[in-house]
Amino acid sequence: MPTPKRLRDVIREIRSARTAADERAVVQKECAQIRDTFREEDNTYRCRNVAKLLYIHMLGYPAHFGQLECLKLIASPRFTDKRIGYLGAMLLLDERQDVHLLITNSLKNDLNHQTQYVVSLALCTLGAICSTEMSRDLAGEVEKLLKSSNAYIKKKAALSAVCIILKVPDLMEMYIPASRALLNEKNHGVLLTAVCLLTCMCEKSPDTLSHFRKLVPQLVRILKNLIMAGYSPEHDVSGVSDPFLQVKILRLLRILGKNDANASEAMNDILAQVATNTETSKNVGNSILYETCLTIMEIHSESGLRVLAVNILGRFLLNNDKNIRYVALNTLLRVVHADYNAVQRHRSTIVDCLKDPDVSIKKRAMELCFALINTNNIRGMTKELIFFLEKCDPDFKADCASNLVMAAEKHSPNKRWHVDTVMKVLTTSGNYCRDDVVASLIQLIQEAHALHAYAVQQLYKALLQDVSQQPLVQVACWCLGEYGDALMSQAIEEEEPLNVTEDEVLEVLERVLIDNNSSVLSKEYALTATVKLSTRFKHSVPMIRKLISIHGASTNVELQQRSVEYGALFRDQDPIRAGLLEPMPIPDKPPTQDTKQNGQAMTNGNGDLDDDIPSDVDDFGSSRTSKPAKTAPPAASESQNILDLLGGDSPVAPPLESTKPAGSNDILDLLGGIDLSADPGIKHCVAQPPSLLGDDFNTMHNAAAIPSLTAFDRAGVKVEFIFNRVSPNNVNVTVRSSNSNSSTFNDFVFQAAVPKTFQVQLDSPSSSVLPANNAGFVTQVVHIANPQKQPIRMRIRLTYTGEGGVSVAEQAEVNNFPPATWQ
Amino acid sequence: MIKFLYLVNKQGQPRILKYFDNDSTLSRKTSESAIIRKCLSHAEGGCSFLDYRGTKLVFRKYATLYFILGVDEDENELAALEFIQNIVEIFDKYFDKVCELDIMFNLDRVHVILDELLCNGCIVEGSKSLALGPLLLMDKVVK
Repeated sequence: MPTPKRLRDVIREIRSARTAADERAVVQKECAQIRDTFREEDNTYRCRNVAKLLYIHMLGYPAHFGQLECLKLIASPRFTDKRIGYLGAMLLLDERQDVHLLITNSLKNDLNHQTQYVVSLALCTLGAICSTEMSRDLAGEVEKLLKSSNAYIKKKAALSAVCIILKVPDLMEMYIPASRALLNEKNHGVLLTAVCLLTCMCEKSPDTLSHFRKLVPQLVRILKNLIMAGYSPEHDVSGVSDPFLQVKILRLLRILGKNDANASEAMNDILAQVATNTETSKNVGNSILYETCLTIMEIHSESGLRVLAVNILGRFLLNNDKNIRYVALNTLLRVVHADYNAVQRHRSTIVDCLKDPDVSIKKRAMELCFALINTNNIRGMTKELIFFLEKCDPDFKADCASNLVMAAEKHSPNKRWHVDTVMKVLTTSGNYCRDDVVASLIQLIQEAHALHAYAVQQLYKALLQDVSQQPLVQVACWCLGEYGDALMSQAIEEEEPLNVTEDEVLEVLERVLIDNNSSVLSKEYALTATVKLSTRFKHSVPMIRKLISIHGASTNVELQQRSVEYGALFRDQDPIRAGLLEPMPIPDKPPTQDTKQNGQAMTNGNGDLDDDIPSDVDDFGSSRTSKPAKTAPPAASESQNILDLLGGDSPVAPPLESTKPAGSNDILDLLGGIDLSADPGIKHCVAQPPSLLGDDFNTMHNAAAIPSLTAFDRAGVKVEFIFNRVSPNNVNVTVRSSNSNSSTFNDFVFQAAVPKTFQVQLDSPSSSVLPANNAGFVTQVVHIANPQKQPIRMRIRLTYTGEGGVSVAEQAEVNNFPPATWQ
Repeated sequence: MIKFLYLVNKQGQPRILKYFDNDSTLSRKTSESAIIRKCLSHAEGGCSFLDYRGTKLVFRKYATLYFILGVDEDENELAALEFIQNIVEIFDKYFDKVCELDIMFNLDRVHVILDELLCNGCIVEGSKSLALGPLLLMDKVVK
């Protein structure tokens, strides 16, 4: 066996490798040799080999085979061996249990070693790799070392104690007396680590926190000595005495002073002293000032002190050093809730930071700007932020746009401005803007009756210029569909009349429909807009029919289906077209979403409508037709939850909310007007009746009386089904629910789902209140279509608010439909 | 708390990687290269702080070497930056005009210095002379 190469030579060899492949070859050869030596149990060169292995590990090659060798080195009596062994243990060991058991013993021995450097190695390693078991086994040893007279050992023991407490918080008690004593030390290292230990304990346990509040005077004294002390070469860092210790103490004071008036009172003076006396020309001084400001703002400090802190941050904002500007923005963001008006004073400087070339600064400045928007400054701030939106990196655009829309919603001075602003955000952010902006702008325009004509005119102009921005296209299409007639008929004050013709409007829609860059979603919007215009435009029906037929053979199922179905509205179903295409009612507000959390899912351009669907119906994704349209009322999407009960893509009809007589108009209301084919119910009644009626001339079933069925009877709530076979393929079920409890149940909702061989449609219920003691019924008619005449299966779900406001949800499966209902 | 310290050269090759949190080895490897790339591609003369998945990266370039500290939200960024400067000054003192090669060829010694300065994610010692003491003693004994 030749002598193994020296570490130095190996590094040189690896460095001289010209390509990555060369390097791999060198490393592999070396690793093979190291393994051979390990196998021979050679003691002389083990240390050298492990050192080489550590280098190789750092380069990213596997080195786990050295783990056991590290343990052998640790057990060796030689210091050099131990040193490399412990280093290896820190770098190579992961959570492997068996190795941990072996190392615990060695650590225990070394913690009791008489040489301080060996003890220190063991303490360092313990902190780096300690597991729960190891913490329990060695906690006592560490506590003993914490009380040793040797400062060098004490400071390392304190940090090991931090690790142990983080792993096993129960062990904290043990260290409380010893850690208090550490503050009496003179050695800065010990003080520094003692403050770390105290901070860790205070963060972990509120009890300990209140216990340690009495240490405030002592900490204040230490801090005072630090800033009063003259130059000491040992602890000087760029002219400041031990800034690291100062920062740590300030942070601990912040934790101790938070929500406690007495502790805060005790530290007011020293904070003022630090804030005024610290040298600000260098980074060190600023780091201390920064920490001081945070502490002042978080504790119960005097108002004068707060002004001082905010002024320091204001000075930071004007500093030439980018790092200091960043820190200032970051801090202002943290304190803006504590002192809103003080931060507001620096608004113009903060707005200037939006123009900084650095991303980190820009990001913080943007966040801070949004925090500062209020009703008074909304106009100015929005102008600046839209300007920023135009110029900023793509990463920021989505966030910035959504936040602008939210701010406008909260603080807008008037509707006209609001609509203008959101439109401007939409045109500026282009395709980066999220789907929530589209939905909220549509809603906004819909609610502002006086602005319909204005909005549609502006959007038409924007669309003429650019059809490539999908969110804009979607909003514009929707508005053209709804209010397209206003383009020609109404003159708008302050605006020049456009003088457009019907053909011009349709041409724009055609551009969207045939543009290769339009997303499927945009085309869907355009298609629906076109069909709506057929009732609003007087002379253009042939042109509209032509546009609708463009996608009759589209490879996209959704587009094709819409195209074909809308086409049918001009032929067989022409009488219902006018009713179907009436102006949309204003939908309920969609639940506000945390745009940040949903940011990933909601980025625009996915062409899918399923943003609002709860995740529990994800497995249902194959059937597009049953998904609720985006602007449908929340109830519609809730009722989809029941779909996964049957495990397949079975269509379900949401219960009708409106009290108007059931008819095609009502169904459309639910759909929110974007997605006419979203509901299987409508598909059924629009497309199927002709073919169904064809093969039916047997009406004798109607006469037979069908026995009723108790579908559900639990906890006093009883649901009865009464059947009426209207045709061989259709049965109407009258659902009669009653309540024998002594209290009335509110918010009663009945939902039903069937496998996909059936179709189901629910009329609106007679009431949502279920009276007590069987004093009344809630009735609801369910239409079931069963073209294949299969045995009917149904899942039902009941939700109501029971006694004491508890909401109850029950489910049941109904399989025992009488044969007369389906045979 | 300080989560990790990287020393990498301009080409992105690691020279020292030291971790202070109990993360799994696998997740370290994946984030390592992403972090290094992020810092190296950051415009020079810009701000020294970046965000990476909830970790604040504080970094500074010295000649061919980048020093990258990963710290959590509570850590003082300016102090962390100062700490990097402190590390470099201590290296400079020990190696006498430190360069990338010194660090490469004295991996174990660099680790000894770092262990004196930084332990379990906290700063142990701010004083330059005290931090070098044990290593100087060790060198004397070895000779």
